[in-house]
Formats: sequence, structure tokens, C-alpha cells
Amino acid sequence: MSRIGVFLCYCGSNIAGTVDVEAVAEMARSLPEVVYVETNKYTCSDPGQEGVKNAIIEKGIDRVVVGACSPRMHEPTWRKLLADTPVNPYMLEVANLREQCSWVHKDREVATAKAIDLVKMAVAKVARLQPLHSIEIPVHKKALVIGGGIAGMQTALDIADAGFQVTIVERETSLGGKMVMLDKTFPTMDCSACICTPKMSEVGNHPNITVKSYSEVENVSGYIGNFEVTIREKAKFIDYNLCTGCGACETKCPAKVTNAFEQGMSQRTAIYKMFPQAVPAKPVIDAEHCLKLTTGKCGVCSKVCPTGAINYEDEDKLTTETYGAVVFATGYKLIDWKPLYPEYGGGKYEDVITGLQFERLVNASGPTEGHVLRPSDRTEPKSVVIIKCVGSRDPNKGKAYCSRACCMYSAKHAHQYLDKVPDGKCYVFYMDVRTPGKGYDEFYMNTLHDGAQYIRGRVSKIYKEGDKLICKGEDTLTSSQVTVSADMVVLETAMVPADGIDELAAKFTVGRDADSWLVEAHAKLRPVETNTAGIYLAGTCQGPKDIPDSVCQAGAAASKVIGLLNKDALQSNPQISRVNETLCQGDGACVNICPYGAISIVEKQFRENSRKVVRPVAQVNPGLCQGCGACTVTCRAGAMDLLGYTNESIMREVDALCQW
Amino acid sequence: MRFLDLSAISDADKQACEAIARDAGVNLKDCYQCGKCTAGCPLAESMDLVPREVIRYLQLGAVDVVLEAKTPWICAQCVVCSSRCPQNVDICSVMRAVRLASKHAGKRPVPEADIFDDEFIANVRAHGVSNEQYLAAAYNVKSGHFVQDMGNATRMLKRGMVGVAMHNTKGRANVAALVDRALAADSTRRAQADEGKGGEA
Repeated sequence: MSRIGVFLCYCGSNIAGTVDVEAVAEMARSLPEVVYVETNKYTCSDPGQEGVKNAIIEKGIDRVVVGACSPRMHEPTWRKLLADTPVNPYMLEVANLREQCSWVHKDREVATAKAIDLVKMAVAKVARLQPLHSIEIPVHKKALVIGGGIAGMQTALDIADAGFQVTIVERETSLGGKMVMLDKTFPTMDCSACICTPKMSEVGNHPNITVKSYSEVENVSGYIGNFEVTIREKAKFIDYNLCTGCGACETKCPAKVTNAFEQGMSQRTAIYKMFPQAVPAKPVIDAEHCLKLTTGKCGVCSKVCPTGAINYEDEDKLTTETYGAVVFATGYKLIDWKPLYPEYGGGKYEDVITGLQFERLVNASGPTEGHVLRPSDRTEPKSVVIIKCVGSRDPNKGKAYCSRACCMYSAKHAHQYLDKVPDGKCYVFYMDVRTPGKGYDEFYMNTLHDGAQYIRGRVSKIYKEGDKLICKGEDTLTSSQVTVSADMVVLETAMVPADGIDELAAKFTVGRDADSWLVEAHAKLRPVETNTAGIYLAGTCQGPKDIPDSVCQAGAAASKVIGLLNKDALQSNPQISRVNETLCQGDGACVNICPYGAISIVEKQFRENSRKVVRPVAQVNPGLCQGCGACTVTCRAGAMDLLGYTNESIMREVDALCQW
Repeated sequence: MRFLDLSAISDADKQACEAIARDAGVNLKDCYQCGKCTAGCPLAESMDLVPREVIRYLQLGAVDVVLEAKTPWICAQCVVCSSRCPQNVDICSVMRAVRLASKHAGKRPVPEADIFDDEFIANVRAHGVSNEQYLAAAYNVKSGHFVQDMGNATRMLKRGMVGVAMHNTKGRANVAALVDRALAADSTRRAQADEGKGGEA
């Protein structure tokens, strides 16, 4: 026989104004197993709480029902109160008499009848609850940051400066990401590399940061505080302990490969550094194009290397480590516009380039050493057309969303072009100009005054006449069809998530939206967390962003990680799923429905009918389970039960409601 | 619908647009085409281009479109557009400048407005003050609208709102000199501008 105490609150007139609380109390006294009922004007007040505590001890109460406001409001208060008494904090049920009763009803009689039902149900449920205990989850005080662009570097620096160890995994051969490819940053026109490379070397030299370049995440298991991550470091064919980064090998290598860093506008060697200020400042051998590795003939680099650092036998290395927290900073790439826009030539015109190619064209260390020369004949274009929203805001061919940075990016390109070619003409075709940032609209207005001719409308077609590119569009402000004959066209293409994001996010059970951007836990209130505890987001992996926003989010993600790593252990929520292994069929329906990847199927031995049998059953990882209950409703055998909300206790509530 | 080849717009056309803007004391690049000028214009529904479009064609360098537009001649110079413009573009002055440029180029998109202008100035020049009854009569004759004010005229005469007496101010010689000086200054300036343009070509 349990001893249930019922505590009903007036909440001033919030509840008592509509519900006859004393009538509810009178009814509660008649319920089986209820030994004590008390009403109070404000149960959550200090004297109110003290009264509850005293009653529990004096009356020997072992289960508690509180009829008051929503459990969202004060359930933590009651649990904390019970922790100071002999009653287990989970032997508690809150009947919501305010938000779901008094506030939504006007008729006192009806509201009182409903309150009576709610309290009856709560009493029925609490009689069947079992005590629950949280477990302690240890926290490994080390963070993993995936991606070494500006967001990843900023996150790593902030965490490392707080005194925690950080590993950065970067897929490319150097840190820097997209930012280091840019020539200038809006709206201040800072040299992008000049502000990005100091961050890179700071990361490279930080005693708390380990940089794993040319590496990718291979495998993940575990949960918050304890992610076991296997990282594949691709074969670099160079011993970084011996290599001094002198660069002699790069000058002698005979292989010529399209340079991806220069957006395909120049060539590099097969043994290469991505760019002069790369971090680590040491080359790798591109195994696909190295003559020695593909044909067996050559080996020039090993002959010229003064330290004997070249090792053609090098292999991929796998290392496994445990991390307490993981930050995704995997960034973006530009949409492949060529198959989508045959009307813009689909790539057949060499002088129709992307914004990132333009960045390299105006960059002093780019393929033209900063002279604006069009790719086809290396002449200076006297007339340039910039087209915005190529792939953005185009659900038919590209993406429905706005890529956010391109309005400013294109204003910057127009400004840079007019700066370098003062007698040039620059036309910008746009649908809207979106400049919501500090100093952004002022920058755009300056570009207009620089002489950029903005034309409101999308370009319908680009075709060639002689060596001119004819752009057909509309000036919607005058309803006129317009044409411009341009020497070069710059397409400001949409941002899309980096390659391989689907596979990587699936490994960490991080949610993605329809466009594969990673999904935050709450769009407004939890913007850097994911639905998987211990995994955070920084930068453009979450959606298109400019540099200030990426850096901002990186700092926010870092502060979340620091908060987590500062704890020695986490208290787990004991209200999680439990498998009844006798009923479990091992069909894995729960595994598929679980949004947190908390359930797995394992082979287990059982004694059935005096025989040993091995059969598959579900197993719940208590660190990952968030107690959402999706598995309990999915399980056809009824083998899944959510502790604190067991099938039995919910059926008891329904029974109580149906007893007239 | 119009068709514009933006690359074919000549430098001379662009300079002509700039000259109009200079005349009006306006930087065309300030206008971001929000449309507030058009929104408040009391005469927009009678215009062939709305006020915003006049500025837009000037921005594009399409000077011929602007010089042939009726809009600047229909504009009542009420200054609502200029007073409400968020970018401080004096649209009203642009209309006036376009009108002068258009007249100078020998275009008369709204002949009545041109006739009225000339008659008004002649009237003020002759008498030092506008004599509306004679101005109306002269305008009606020159524009061919002979009978348009007949109905009103008889009633206005009966009530003494207008009369046959001609008003002449004492200083009308000074007013005439002022008008002559202004007209002379304008034509000299335009002649110089034309020469400058010719010299460049």
C-alpha cells in the first residue's frame, strides 16, 4: 500500500478563480491510497514548499501529486524539493490545473469537474511509479572540431584558450577553408588572407590544438562526454618530422595538375602546398597524379629533398580517440551551376566565371597576380556583367533559399572591378539587394556611387557575338527589355553544403534539412546545439552565412563546449527507454525510429524452455536516449517502455478517467 | 514595351543625363527607386512615365526617352516628391531641368504646356505681373482651345473675379530686364554646353 500526498495550489486566483480547489481537495481525500491532502495559496512559495516538506515527513508520505501550474514551469522545483526528503524525486506527478484547466475554461463547474479528473488520473499514475536514479556520465575533457575554415579555427582557438585540448580535422592539406581564397572582405575591404593566415598560424602553434590535416572522420561511436572517433589521416608520402617545408620538391616536380585552390585557372605540381601560407607549411603528394606513384618512373622529389623526407611507401593512418564534445564546422561549397544553367552557356564560355574565380583573379597571389584579365584571351575586360542569385532563390533549377552573402559579395566585386579598371563598365543584375549588416547598406550605396549600374531583373540568356557575351535581361524598373554586351560575366552562385555532409552527419546522427544543411536544436533559442547532445554547429554547415556571422556562431559553439567540458560528470536523465527482452522480437523498428541513434540490436543469449538460445534484442544507450518515447509507440511487441511514463502507468490514468 | 541596348547608350547621352542632373542639383546615383515620389504624386495617373521612371531612365542614360516624355510637362511642381524623398533627391527640380532641356532640344511633348509657359513669361514681362484674363485668352487662342473658358468667363466677370482692366506694375521695366537676363543667361549657358559637346566630338 502506498501513501500518497496530494498538494493543491490556488495560484492566487489563477486557479482558484475558475476551479473550486476545496471541492477538488474533498474528492481527493476519498481516493484510495491518499493519506493526506493540503491546499495552499501559493504552493511554490517558500512557506508553501516548507509545508509540503513537513507534511511528507510527518505523514510518512512516499508518493506526491501536485495540482498546480504546468510541469514545464515547476516540475524541477518539486523534484529538487523531494531530493531533500526520503521520497525519490521521480515518485512525483504534476496535474496541470492552470495552463490546461483554469486558464482555458470560463465555466467554474466544468473547470472543477476537469480538475477533479486530472487529479484522479495523477493519483492513479503516481501509485504505479517506480523510483528512478540518474547515473553519472564521465566527461572526456577534449573537443573535436570538424573543419578548419574560419568557423572551425575560431571554435578551436576559443576552446583551447579556455584550457582544453582540441583536435581539428581538416580534409584539405591546409587550414583556411574558403576565407583564405577570398581577396578582400566586405564591408571594410580588409585583405582576407592577411586576417585569416594569422589565425591559421595561431591554430598551428597553439599548445592545446592538434591539427590533423588531409584527414577525415572514419567512424564514430559513443555519446555526450564520450565520443569515440576514428580519424583517417590520408597518406601524405612525406615525413612531416623531417620535412622543413623548403619547397625544393615543388619546383622540380614534372607533373601538372589543375589547381583547385585557384578555381581551375592555373596549374600546380603533384607534390604541392595548397598556397604559400598553408598551415601546416609542408607539402603532400597527390597520389592520383604523381608519376612515381602512378607509373613507377620519376622520383625527382626524393632526389632533391635535402632531408630525405619523401616516403613513397606511406599509407593512410587510422587513430581512435575519445572526445567529450564535437563541433561541426564543415562549411559550404558553391553550387555546380554548369549543368543547371545551359542558358548561361553551361560552362562553354570561358569568360563566364564564378564569384570565387573572380576573387582569385583580383588577388595579388592569384593566377593573374591581381590584374583583372579574362580567362579566354588574358585581356582586360572593359565591360563586366555580374549576375546575382545564380542557383539561389530558384527552386526550379537550384535552391529556394537566399545565400545571404552574395549581395554584399557582388557589391564588393563591382567595387573591386571599378577600382582596378577605372574606365570599365560594370552592370549588376539583381532581384533584390539584401544588406542587413553593420555598414553593409552604406557599402552598397558607395558601390552605386562608384558607378556600378544596377539593373533589377534576372538575366534570361547569355550568348556569344564575336568575342562579346550578350546578356539579355529586363530592367523591371522601366519594364524594358535590355541587353548588355559584356567582355566577362561573373555569376554569384549559391552556397550549398560541403561534399560528403550527408554521410558525415549520419555517422553522428545529426539532423539535416531538405537541402542538407545541418539542423540546430531550436531555430531561435538553441541555435548552435544539435538534437544530439554534445554535438554543436559553427559556421556555414548550418546554413549560408558571411564571415562575421560564422565567427560569431563559432564563439557561441565554443562557449557551449567549454561549459560542457568544465563538468567532471553529467547527471543523466533516468526517464529513458527500457527494453523488455522477453517480449523484444529484435526486428529493429525502434532502431529506425530513434532520432538520437540511441538504440542498437545486439545478439544475446537466453534460456528458453531449458535450452540456450541466442537471438537479437534491442539495447538502449542511456547516454544517448533523450526519453522522447518514439520507440515505445513504434514497438509492435510492446517491449519498449519509457521509465516514468510506463505503458502500465498511462493505462492506469486512462482507467481513472473512464471510471464514472 | 521598350527595348534598350545598354551597351549602345552613347557617352554623349549619358553626359546629357548628367547635365540635367547637374542642372537640378541632384546626384542620380542617390536614387534607389523606392517609388515614394510616384506614390505621392497628385498627377501620376495622367503621366506617360511615372516620376520614378523618369529618374530611372536618366540613371540608365536613356536621354531621348526622358526628353520626349510628357511627364515633366504635366508635373505641377508641387514638390511633394522632393519633400518626401528618403534620399533627398530633388525630383521636382529634375522635372524642371528636363523640361528646359527638352525645350532646348526643340521637343514639345505637351504643346499646351509649352504655349502656356511662353505666354505666361510674355505676360509677366509686359506688365510686371500676371494678368490672368489676358493670359487665358492668349493661351486659348494659340492652343486652339477657343471656347474652353467661355462658360466660366461670363460667370467670373459677373461676380467681379476678373475684369477687363489691365494691371501694370510701376517697376515693370525692371521685371522685363530681369526676365531678359534670365533667358539670356540660360541660352548662353546652353550654347556653351553645345559648343563644348561639339568640341569633344
